[in-house]
Amino acid sequence: MIDEYPGLGGWTPDHLGVPGVVRQVVTAPDPVLSRPGVEVDPCDPEVVQLAADLVATMRVSPGCVGLAAPQVGVGAQVFSVDVTGHPKAVTVHGTFVLCNARVVEATRLRPGREGCMSVPDLTGDVKRASRLVVEGALPGTGEPVRLVTDGFEARALQHEIDHCAGLLFLDRVAGAHAIYQRKVYL
Amino acid sequence: MNELAITLIGPDRPGIVADVAEVLARLGANLTDSTMTRLRGHFAMTLICTGPAAAEVEAALAPLTSDGQLVASVRAVVPDGVAAPAGEPFVLTVHGADRLGIVAAVTRVLAEAGGNVTDLTTRLAGRLYVVVAEVDLPAGTAAELTARLARVAADLDVEVTLRPADSDLL
Repeated sequence: MIDEYPGLGGWTPDHLGVPGVVRQVVTAPDPVLSRPGVEVDPCDPEVVQLAADLVATMRVSPGCVGLAAPQVGVGAQVFSVDVTGHPKAVTVHGTFVLCNARVVEATRLRPGREGCMSVPDLTGDVKRASRLVVEGALPGTGEPVRLVTDGFEARALQHEIDHCAGLLFLDRVAGAHAIYQRKVYL
Repeated sequence: MNELAITLIGPDRPGIVADVAEVLARLGANLTDSTMTRLRGHFAMTLICTGPAAAEVEAALAPLTSDGQLVASVRAVVPDGVAAPAGEPFVLTVHGADRLGIVAAVTRVLAEAGGNVTDLTTRLAGRLYVVVAEVDLPAGTAAELTARLARVAADLDVEVTLRPADSDLL
């Protein structure tokens, strides 16, 4: 699936060249989740290790489709995403990590329910763009990438980019009746 | 036509809504606006209905409240004649470590700005306290209010966001 869409140039976590270590996920109200992450040097060995660790931690976490550096206690603009196999996903870029990512185009807002490993007991309805263009840099090489995506993957990217800006889905819920106690834990 | 404000709260169990609604229906009370929800294992019902006198409803609910578990209050209210002044709808989120006085401090700031809270939910999940409020604000006050909320949030060590409510209508 990875090469089917342009943008990542066949990048996989193997390109990082270091094994990932599973890190502890922090939960709100940890202050690191509410601070904007700093921009990083994508070629910094610490950033490369962080990228590998995010992928490793995401992979061992059931139902996790994305994980941002602040969620493992690091205030940095780095996140991993993988919506492969998710029933709601349309466009799928496989497993990837982006540094210093920003949204450059966001259109067609759609509501959807979101949860978060850092807010384990609540879910919420959030409107997100369903057509999205994101630019960022690949860890390890610093190569700039431009991802065009939609639907569920677009939602995951916006959720993670928010984490890197110190925002949680709670900061975007639609209204007083749009937060819920989680009933099902994956 | 009598208009009644009724509140009931008690330990949650299957059948509370059916029991209460049946009593009201039998009396010919017409349920208009209501909110019924579970709060940490308690079931809370807040409702407005029209029809019978308050004393009649109180008497009819007595069998449901006689064990002291379900608590009810019924009182006659003036039917809504005056429309609330229209403002611009906003959504406020506050989240942070639970502590005393978060709702008091934040809603005081809203009130001082002439904001009217139209709906508010709080949730305590572990140590995390979350408030989501829908508030109508006088036109042009949001920017200054945002700054004042930020100061209060800093004092309370919580995060606050204020954003326009989504208003796309068909």
